[in-house]
Amino acid sequence: MSLTARVGLAFAAALCVAIVLLTFERPPIQASQVGFRGTAMEQVVNPRSQAVRLAANRLPEAPEAAGTDGERAHEIYENVQVLREVSVEQFGRIMQAMTEWIAPEQGCTYCHNPENLASDEVYTKVVARRMLQMTAHINADWTPHVGTTGVTCYTCHRGRPVPAAVWANTTLAQNGLQAPNGQNHPSLVANLSSLPLNPFTPFLEQDNQIRVISTAAHPATNPAGIKEAEWTYSLMMHMSQALGVNCTFCHNSRSFANWSGSPPARLTAWHGIRMVRDLNNDYVTPLTPLWVANPHGPPDAPRVARLGPDGDALKVNCATCHQGANRPFYGAPMLQDYPELRAVSLGPTRVVIPQ
Amino acid sequence: MPEYQNLFTRVQVRGPVPYPGTPMGTAQLLAGNAEREGKGTFVSLFGKIGDAQIGPVYLGTLGVLSLVFGFIAFEIIGLNMLASVNWDVVQFIRQLFWLALEPPSAEYGLRLPPLREGGWWIVAGFCLTVSILLWWARTYRRARALGMGTHVAWAFAAAIWLYLVLGFIRPVLMGSWSEAVPFGIFPHLDWTAAFSIRYGNLFYNPFHALSIVFLYGSTLLFAMHGATILALGRYGGEREIELVLDRGTAAERGALFWRWCMGFNATFESIHRWAWWFAVLCPLTGGIGILLTGTVVDNWYLWAVERHFAPAYPQLWAPVVDPALTTGAPR
Repeated sequence: MSLTARVGLAFAAALCVAIVLLTFERPPIQASQVGFRGTAMEQVVNPRSQAVRLAANRLPEAPEAAGTDGERAHEIYENVQVLREVSVEQFGRIMQAMTEWIAPEQGCTYCHNPENLASDEVYTKVVARRMLQMTAHINADWTPHVGTTGVTCYTCHRGRPVPAAVWANTTLAQNGLQAPNGQNHPSLVANLSSLPLNPFTPFLEQDNQIRVISTAAHPATNPAGIKEAEWTYSLMMHMSQALGVNCTFCHNSRSFANWSGSPPARLTAWHGIRMVRDLNNDYVTPLTPLWVANPHGPPDAPRVARLGPDGDALKVNCATCHQGANRPFYGAPMLQDYPELRAVSLGPTRVVIPQ
Repeated sequence: MPEYQNLFTRVQVRGPVPYPGTPMGTAQLLAGNAEREGKGTFVSLFGKIGDAQIGPVYLGTLGVLSLVFGFIAFEIIGLNMLASVNWDVVQFIRQLFWLALEPPSAEYGLRLPPLREGGWWIVAGFCLTVSILLWWARTYRRARALGMGTHVAWAFAAAIWLYLVLGFIRPVLMGSWSEAVPFGIFPHLDWTAAFSIRYGNLFYNPFHALSIVFLYGSTLLFAMHGATILALGRYGGEREIELVLDRGTAAERGALFWRWCMGFNATFESIHRWAWWFAVLCPLTGGIGILLTGTVVDNWYLWAVERHFAPAYPQLWAPVVDPALTTGAPR
């Protein structure tokens, strides 16, 4: 064999090895059957990536429970608006916990003016107040999704002022020859496919129709086409990635649309989509003016963007809480250790800045 | 002493000069045909996978026009992809497999939309279709010019049928170009998956099933036939056409082998008809399946349930009720 041929062969072999190593997932792959035999109802898991996800979904140790007796927080402290009815001891406990959950490096001053803790002049305090109400709202009104397990600040924040998985509107190329259509670039949220890059604006902010599959065998009234199916497909890929599950975790392998044959998890997910939409519209987006005024966070904290490239707020999707687990922390209950979060008042709040 | 081996031969069989091609008398020259151009040459690299000879070349009017239209379509698609990354060549290369030229959205129906909103897709599709049809005419006329049958042209026509169903006939019947396939490597694959999802699982489309039978059947037949001929090489089995007429020991051994292995054998003649029909029926049946989707059947799973064709399986959990059916449910 000539030298050229040898070099060529060696190069081709190296290329093949590189492609295999860089694009394939290294075994083992474990499949577990979850439905009737022969119907491809199974969950596929790689124990190595599963171990990483398990490690990332551990609960922090809960501090000792606080006494509920004595004077209420609002009777002792000034400008307590949402944690009014907890005891002083509980109030201190939850403040301590929130610092650990959200700003462990920055400490109390991430939200408070150290000279006057009651003042609302640091905008993050105003945000935190609304987020406490959001947490209480989720735990009280969204039990079809969160059950009795519930959520805490840590479910999303996990030691970061801005949760790791958030989304904002995507700015696409605006060239004259081709109008942007929201797809046909590597889509990070849809498993690197060419599906739409941002399925969140239409489905997790607006309430566009997610269902594209006809409910009758023959053509009738379904207006959805293949393009609409691609948007739904992208959202579903996001859910699959965010939860670390296959399609058949929620869907019947024979018919994605069919409800009666779907695993019960689909019902939980259905409520989850509505919950996220509610949180984005009623809790996150209305805070946008605060982030516009402070696009990189509080002045003394490290600069972390609070707005997307289009100037909109960083919003919630499935990954924000789930972070690769089909249930956040694989279902380990955290809320039960923090009764303070259930005592949050959902009434209107005001911003108090003493002059 | 070089040795000719059937499977991995290192010998290239060449004449002293490139073979100029069958001489065609004037009687055989159809109207509008020209002579072949060039004398031809040998390329050693091509000889490793086929005949080493390149040329003489015949392009003719049809071939040249087909290449021109094909080039225009290729350029429109490529420039649109480049525009979609704002003319950034590095991003064009990095994202090439993801980029696409997308058909118009449903609001335009079958009308001609602005170029930047799918109009280019129609122009590119038109040029590509013209190019393919011209190349089809070329395969037909070249076969005739050589005094051959037109089997290759009709096999090519079967593939064109599927292409036209996907990009033209079905979108016209559906009343919207938005139902057509985008030009792009990953985008057309994602489109395929979305197509199956939107129309309720193509697995339950019987013509889709037939198409898969013929697709896999073709590969199986190809492997069986190729292996048989290679295995019979030492008895002259590659002289298939002679053995059709005069069955020698190679044909006898091959036939006996298959009768021992599966009880039946094709003949040296019929195996080629088997293969041709399997290959041709793959796009023919597939095209029918695509054509019926959305026009006649909107949800193949429900259709299969209606026809008692989809089996029911025991369920391991309590039936789930569609939450959207509850009164007052959020959308």
